[in-house]
Amino acid sequence: MVEALSLERIDIARQREVARALRAFLPERAVLWEEEDTRPYECDGLTAYRQVPMVVALPETEEQVQRVLQTCTAMGVPVVPRGAGTGLSGGALPPGDGVLLSMAKFMRILRVDSRARVAVVQPGVRNAAISEAAEPYGLYYAPDPSSQIACTIGGNVAENSGGVHCLKYGLTVHNVVRVRGFTMRGEPIELGSEAPDAPGYDLLALAIGSEGMLVVLTEVSVKLLPKPQCARVIMASFDDVGKAGQAVADVIAAGIIPAGLEMMDKAATRAVEEFVGAGYDLEAAAILLCESDGTPEEVEDEIARMKAVLERSGAARMTVSRDEAERLRFWSGRKAAFPAAGRISPDYYCMDGTIPRKRLGEMLHFIAQMERKYGLRCPNVFHAGDGNLHPLILFDANNADELHRTELFAAEVLEKCVEMGGTITGEHGVGVEKINQMCVQFQPDELEMFHAVKAAFDPARLLNPGKAVPTLARCAEYGRMRVRGGQLPHAELPRF
Amino acid sequence: MSLQALQKRIGDAAGRGAALRLRGGGTKDFYGNAPRGEILDTRSYAGIVSYEPTELVVTARCGTLLSDLDAALAGHGQFLPFEPPHFGAEATFGGCIAAGLSGPRRASAGALRDYMLGAKLIDGRGRVLAFGGQVMKNVAGYDVSRLLAGSLGTLGLIAEASLKVLPRPPLELTLTLELPEERAIDALNRWAGQPLSISASAWHDGELHLRLSGAPPAVRAAAEKIGGEETQGQLLWSAIREQTAPFFGGPEPLWRIAVPPVTPPLGLAGKQLIEWGGGLRWLKSDATPNTVREAAQRAKGHATLFRAAARPAAVFAPLDPVLMRVHRDLKAAFDPAGIFNPGRLYAEM
Repeated sequence: MVEALSLERIDIARQREVARALRAFLPERAVLWEEEDTRPYECDGLTAYRQVPMVVALPETEEQVQRVLQTCTAMGVPVVPRGAGTGLSGGALPPGDGVLLSMAKFMRILRVDSRARVAVVQPGVRNAAISEAAEPYGLYYAPDPSSQIACTIGGNVAENSGGVHCLKYGLTVHNVVRVRGFTMRGEPIELGSEAPDAPGYDLLALAIGSEGMLVVLTEVSVKLLPKPQCARVIMASFDDVGKAGQAVADVIAAGIIPAGLEMMDKAATRAVEEFVGAGYDLEAAAILLCESDGTPEEVEDEIARMKAVLERSGAARMTVSRDEAERLRFWSGRKAAFPAAGRISPDYYCMDGTIPRKRLGEMLHFIAQMERKYGLRCPNVFHAGDGNLHPLILFDANNADELHRTELFAAEVLEKCVEMGGTITGEHGVGVEKINQMCVQFQPDELEMFHAVKAAFDPARLLNPGKAVPTLARCAEYGRMRVRGGQLPHAELPRF
Repeated sequence: MSLQALQKRIGDAAGRGAALRLRGGGTKDFYGNAPRGEILDTRSYAGIVSYEPTELVVTARCGTLLSDLDAALAGHGQFLPFEPPHFGAEATFGGCIAAGLSGPRRASAGALRDYMLGAKLIDGRGRVLAFGGQVMKNVAGYDVSRLLAGSLGTLGLIAEASLKVLPRPPLELTLTLELPEERAIDALNRWAGQPLSISASAWHDGELHLRLSGAPPAVRAAAEKIGGEETQGQLLWSAIREQTAPFFGGPEPLWRIAVPPVTPPLGLAGKQLIEWGGGLRWLKSDATPNTVREAAQRAKGHATLFRAAARPAAVFAPLDPVLMRVHRDLKAAFDPAGIFNPGRLYAEM
């Protein structure tokens, strides 16, 4: 997190010029520039950063998208694509001197092919809507980020979104097989295939998780899987967070890949329990939610094996969901963790680092130290199965000092993730939020290569510029800033 | 050879503008357009760097023998789920990733690229660059390590890579059914939409073989539902993966045709072996390259001239101009002097 950007002033003459150029082929309602209309687009799910866009374009057809891009390229205007605006890293933060390209009108499901187990959808289709459309065929789309009722598949592709079931079913990159769209210059481009692969480099893998910086999508083909016949979840309580972390490793070591493996600490279970009444054990230092899905035979077998492992790992109590209603109730708490944090604190800041699973316990102890050091509370929810952490720092944004301490707290945790051999972001993306920490995770040569990768798709650097990959100058400045504050952590890390 | 020595060798070649032919055990020399350049043998940079079974991650150097890696994983009941073909005892880990090939389990478990977590690359300037990492979820920076899977060494020397691994399924069994091609394709697609634990399929000459993998009760239940006769499978699946089965013999070129699995029979002359639930059609045929490529394209797939005594055509299906430009620009970014395996993937780069 960096201190909120100062708002760019809109250049009124330029705004008129760009809006007029777009109006040449877009209807009046599809080009917004008056502040009352553009204000709703000033931020995404990361509300600490706001910037009113110069112009908002809402195309409805592929041809209109192409012409927006061609026009902006010709005029040298930056473009930022946006889905539902639920992103948590400011990836859709608008440009004060550019066009916010809303894909909200691309919300048609073009084809659900039950025989081929593929759905072809427009990028503005909500994640959950795909599974709803596939349901009559006994199929579903597996990645299920917590925001799935609102977030769009286009945004999921941009961020390579995960969810609580990705240990077994993979991330967006494992479940999207093909995308179609345009380069910033308006050239049509299709990556991937409904065949098992496509010739040449795997450019689809590059596009997924590229934070909207390489191509603008107009169509996405996703894999549909047979819906598991049944699923059950074990809620296991531990009297020590280290034990719970070890239990996660023990489950994997036993050759089991649970459908979901989530961990919440006491502060998190208490926050959500008040909110949704999930039935969590509030005395436990940490709870694990360990899910099995498949045929009834498989589930019965796996639940028994998982229970045996968790028992050996020191689970103090275990409850197995008896029916679907109870299973969903156990999950409701986990899925409501973020809004619950919002209820007990004026603001919260969600981190997204990933570390090797075996270091979960150690990381929890480190976070507890940071809570004391900065005088801020931090409940923890983890996608424990994949080592992806979502510590939630509680703060009050109206208190400048708390905001500042939150930033330092978050930076220390993210840098600890890198030190532990992990990453600063598992699924939320870098956006504008973690751009400084990219300087810690990557060497200048690697950052330079990322810029070159972008240039291969967008040589003029007009598509979502300034996000995800810091300039070397910015890193140099960040390094100095941290040293000057006497805060430079991990002096042993290579820097420049 | 140390990493530094490899860097020096590459820097030196870049300075001279000398083409380098990156090569491990040479088991995949046949694959791709004709290799050229000075051989840079990767085998001396070998060894498993780290393997932690509970993390489900293995990191190894490029020269590590694939068979050594398999043995290390098997020691903990784990494996590479995409079942890469070796094509010989000398096959190396680096070559496996550069070729990007997956085996019989592809349709159920995913491809090699799905298991890529991170890589250390020596680029065309001799710099060591690290992308991705050793964790399952990582969206910091573009996913360059996945881009390297199947890049045929044209972007740099993949010095080290980290892959996700999985526990071996507790039970596997093979079923054989008599079915004509069209009905086999139909059945495979129908079954794929049901939870039947199918982990591999192979149809040839009226016989469909299926491998089921998973928890014993689920596998037994699925076998009962599908029917057919239980047969000895282990040798069959490795003979298909390694292309030692009789089908792969004979002088005709071998085409690898990737199509959407629901594609009806392609109707091309020659004999066929169908894998991956209908998505991969191996064709032994003297049909002209144009005929094969057009049939693949009509089906929204692509055809690779996988093995041929002489290469009568470009090995990989051509790209449209926009994609080719992106390919060339990426190649230029990683390998500005154009020294790595020139022409192996496409003549233009």
